[in-house]
Amino acid sequence: MNFWLVLSVNSVTFGGMLFLLSAGFSLIFGLMRIPNLTHGSLFMLGAYFGATFIVGVLGVSMDFWAAALLATLAVALLGALIERLLLRRLPGDALAQVLVTLGLSFMAADFCLMVWGGDPINVETPAGLGGFTRLGPAAFPNYRLAIIVIAVIFAVGLWLLLDRTRLGAMIRAGVDDPDMARVVGIRVPRLFTIVFALGAGLAAFAGIIGGPILSVYPGLDQDMLPLALVVVILGGTGSLLGSFVGSIIVGFIYNFGQALLPELAYFVLFLPMLLVLVFRPQGLFGRHVP
Amino acid sequence: MNGRNIALGVAAIALVAVPYWMPGVYYVNVSSQILFYAIFALGLNILVGYGGLVSLGHAGLFGITAYAAAYVLQSGYNHTEAIFAALAVGAVSTAVFAALALRATGIGFIMITLALGQIIWGLAYRWISVTHGDNGINVKTRPAPFGLDLGSAVTFYYATLVVFAICVVAVMIFVRSPFGAALMGARDQPRRMNALGYHVWAIRFWACMFSGLLTSIAAILFVYYTQFISPQTLALTSSAEVLLMVISGGAGTLLGPIVGAALVVTVKSVVSGFLERWNFLLGAIFVTIVILMPEGLVPGSARLWRLACAKLRAPVKPAVTEAKP
Repeated sequence: MNFWLVLSVNSVTFGGMLFLLSAGFSLIFGLMRIPNLTHGSLFMLGAYFGATFIVGVLGVSMDFWAAALLATLAVALLGALIERLLLRRLPGDALAQVLVTLGLSFMAADFCLMVWGGDPINVETPAGLGGFTRLGPAAFPNYRLAIIVIAVIFAVGLWLLLDRTRLGAMIRAGVDDPDMARVVGIRVPRLFTIVFALGAGLAAFAGIIGGPILSVYPGLDQDMLPLALVVVILGGTGSLLGSFVGSIIVGFIYNFGQALLPELAYFVLFLPMLLVLVFRPQGLFGRHVP
Repeated sequence: MNGRNIALGVAAIALVAVPYWMPGVYYVNVSSQILFYAIFALGLNILVGYGGLVSLGHAGLFGITAYAAAYVLQSGYNHTEAIFAALAVGAVSTAVFAALALRATGIGFIMITLALGQIIWGLAYRWISVTHGDNGINVKTRPAPFGLDLGSAVTFYYATLVVFAICVVAVMIFVRSPFGAALMGARDQPRRMNALGYHVWAIRFWACMFSGLLTSIAAILFVYYTQFISPQTLALTSSAEVLLMVISGGAGTLLGPIVGAALVVTVKSVVSGFLERWNFLLGAIFVTIVILMPEGLVPGSARLWRLACAKLRAPVKPAVTEAKP
C-alpha cells in the first residue's frame, strides 16, 4: 500500500515536471509547426545553468529560486535568439528546421560536456522544502509535493494566458490559421519569437526544478526529449490539456515501469504510444494529425 | 560512351584497386566503413529522398539487426544462422516501425521515428540481461564464405565491395522501376496518386521494408567489421549521422548518399584523431549545410558546375555569331 502510494506521488511529480517541458514543445509545435528537437537540450541547459548559479558565479552564490529565475530567463533569451537568427531563415521548411534544431542540440550537448564535464552534478533541494510530510501511513518529501503544486500553478497560469488574455487570443489565432491571423493584423513573426522564448524558458525551468530529483548529467537531454515527444504524441499537438494528461500518463508509466520492470522501463512507454497511434493518431486531445 | 559512363568506370576501377593505392591497412578499413555506411545511407535515402519520409530512428533498426546478429552468434549458432536470423529480426522490426510511423507523414513521421529510435536505444542500454548494457556484445569471429577468410582487412573490403555493388544495382533498378516512380509520385502528389488508384500507404510501407533491408545488410557488415555492438551505435547521433550523409550528399540522388557517406566517415575518422569534440562539429556541419547548401553536395556542385560551364561558354558565343555573316 505504502509502496504504491509513494510511487504514485513520484509519478505525479515526474508528470508535473514533464508537463512544464512538453507544454512548451507542444505550443511551439502547434503555433510554428516546428518540432523543436533542441527542447531536451534547453531542459539540460536550464538545469546546468541553475546548478551553476546555485553554487555561485564569480563568488556570488544564489538562492535556489533566484537561480531558477535567472537560468530560465537566460535560456528563454537563448531560445529567442535561436528563433530570430536561425529558424526565421527557414520558414515553412520543416525538414530544414528539424535538422537545424537537431544540429544545435548536438552542439549544446557537447558544449555542456566541455564546460561541466562528465560527472553528474547534484542539486540541493531548496531551503525550507527539505523535510517530509506525513499523510496517513506514508511520508512524502516536501519538495516533490511542491513540484506538483508548481506544475498545477503553471498549468492554470498557462491556461489563463492562452484563454483569457489578448496575447493568448493572438497565439490561438496563429495556431488555428496563421495566414488569416496575419491578415487581421496580428504580427505572427513576433508571436513566434515570444512563443519560442516562452517554450524555451518553460523547458529550462523544468530542468532546474528537476535538478534535485534527477541530478544533472550529460545525456539528460537525450533522456528527456523522447519523453516530451511521447507526451505530445499521446496528448496531441498544440493542446495544453493534452500535454497535461499526456505528462501524467507518461509519468505514471515511466515510474511504475522503472519500479516493476527496471530493465524495460523505457520500452513500456512504447505501449501507450502504440495504442494512441493505432486508434487515435491525432492524439487524445489533438485536433489534427501532425 | 559518354562522360558519365567513363566516370563510373573510373570510379569502379578505383574502388576495386583500393587495397593497392591506399597507403595502409588503416585506410583500407576506412574504405570498408565508407562502403557499409554508404549502403546504410542508400537505404535511408529510399525514404528521405524518394519517399519524402524523413526517419530519425534508422539507427534503431540498424542496431536491432546488429544486436540480433551478435546475440545469436554469442548463443553459439553459426554465421549463416546468425545472418538469416538478423535479417529476419530486421524485417520484423522494420514492419512494426513502418506500421507505426506511417500513421503520420511529414513532421509526425519524424517525431514517431525519433521516439521509436530512442525507445530501442533505451532498450539496448537498460535491458542488461540481454544486451549487457553499456558493455555491449563482442563478436569473436568473422565468417568465411566459400572458404574465403574475412579476417584480414583486404578480404573484408572486397566482400563489402561486392555487397555494396549489389546494393547499388538494386537501388538503381528500384529507382527506375514502376514502383520507384509510384513512390516518388506518392511523395509529390499523394492525393492524386490515391485518386489514380494507387495504394499510397502500401507503397510507402514497402519502401520502408526495402529501406530496412538495406539498413539490415549494412548493420550485419558493421557488426562483423567492428566485431562489437554497444548502445552508442543506436543513439540519436548515429541516426543523425546517416541523415547527414544523405542530406549533405544530396537526398533523392543515387550518388549523393555515397558521397555523403565518404565525406562523413572521412571527416569523422580524421577529426577524431586529434579532436574529441566530434558531436559539436557534426552539429555545426548540419546547421551550415542546411543554411548554405540545402540541396546537398552532389546537386549543389552539379548546379555550380553547369553555372561555371555556362560562364565559360558565354564569351565564345558572340565570336561564333560574328563569324557567320
